[in-house]
Amino acid sequence: MYGRKVKLRFLFIVLILITLILTAFLVLKSLEENVVYFQSPSEIKLLSELDKKKIRVGGMVKKNSIFITANEVKFIITDFKNDINVTYSGAIPNLFEEGKGVVAEGFLKDRSLFSATKILAKHDENYMPPEVKEALGKK
Amino acid sequence: MFKFFEPNKIFQITSKAPKYVLFLFIVVLSVGLTEALFLSPEDYKQSDAVRIMYVHVPSAWISLGIFSSITLLSISGFIFKNKNFFLISKSLAPSGFVFNIIALVTGAIWGKPTWGTWWAWDARITSMLILALFYGMYLISWRIYESEEKVFKITTFITILGIINVPIIKYSVDWWNTLHQPASINILTKSSIHSSMLFPLIIMTAAFALFSLLIFLMKYNTELIKIKNKGLDRL
Repeated sequence: MYGRKVKLRFLFIVLILITLILTAFLVLKSLEENVVYFQSPSEIKLLSELDKKKIRVGGMVKKNSIFITANEVKFIITDFKNDINVTYSGAIPNLFEEGKGVVAEGFLKDRSLFSATKILAKHDENYMPPEVKEALGKK
Repeated sequence: MFKFFEPNKIFQITSKAPKYVLFLFIVVLSVGLTEALFLSPEDYKQSDAVRIMYVHVPSAWISLGIFSSITLLSISGFIFKNKNFFLISKSLAPSGFVFNIIALVTGAIWGKPTWGTWWAWDARITSMLILALFYGMYLISWRIYESEEKVFKITTFITILGIINVPIIKYSVDWWNTLHQPASINILTKSSIHSSMLFPLIIMTAAFALFSLLIFLMKYNTELIKIKNKGLDRL
């Protein structure tokens, strides 16, 4: 079989790996707040105090909630449990649509009103040709 | 166990194989590009922007696959004191790095029209950037250190540090809220990508894998020539 040195080197690598995995786990666990790209409306509801800092809120654009005026867009971000009203003025990405994912960057006015400075459309993992989408819609 | 390695026999293969691999690569790439750019349908939502995916996703897969391979080879090389494993790792790394960069760049090109931004510091994109940095460190350390003993140890250490990042890349979209969408292709559950789009994706992956193989063979061939020039017939 293998020599003593080979076994020791194997053990050495295994110990390094275990240490690194545990370290990475602990670091990521404690940094979770900063690793997430956005918070959901439900998480905003649970905030103990309103932050003055810039944050991101993400979820679905609620059906029939987009309201466009001359210099402002208003819509509701929902995670199907809680809602948050968003006001925004500026360019909107092409994929911004009702019932689709969205991430808004900006400032919280209060627990249910968010003033966005930037809107990003979130694409989902579904890829299909238009005909298939139509066929699915008819069902 | 891995001691029986004759550079001469392998050299015969590595010096002849590239032209066949190149031919195969050109054939598969032409089929893949025709499928991806012309024959496959546009997406219901992002229309033609979906075609970027046929380059983006295979590049990301291959850069992850190559990094995992060089880690496994480096660790085995370290444990069994096998020089050949290190040379294979060294020859694999450049194409992995190139595909990593391609994945980042095509992602940015896709992100602008789809998300509305070139870059986002979300978990998937940032961890992919970290992988590119590890590739960079790995490639540079081969150039910095003259002594073989030293370079073998340092590159092994870099791959071990970097491999921790690989599962984070894979599962970042499931563990945290990210702007990047979750995986569309799942082995155990149903994939959320239509078969007419899955087909060109697989062909393009095969084409990129062949390209990596081609670059690997050429790099590895160079390493063998260096050994020959030193007048050694065994490693």
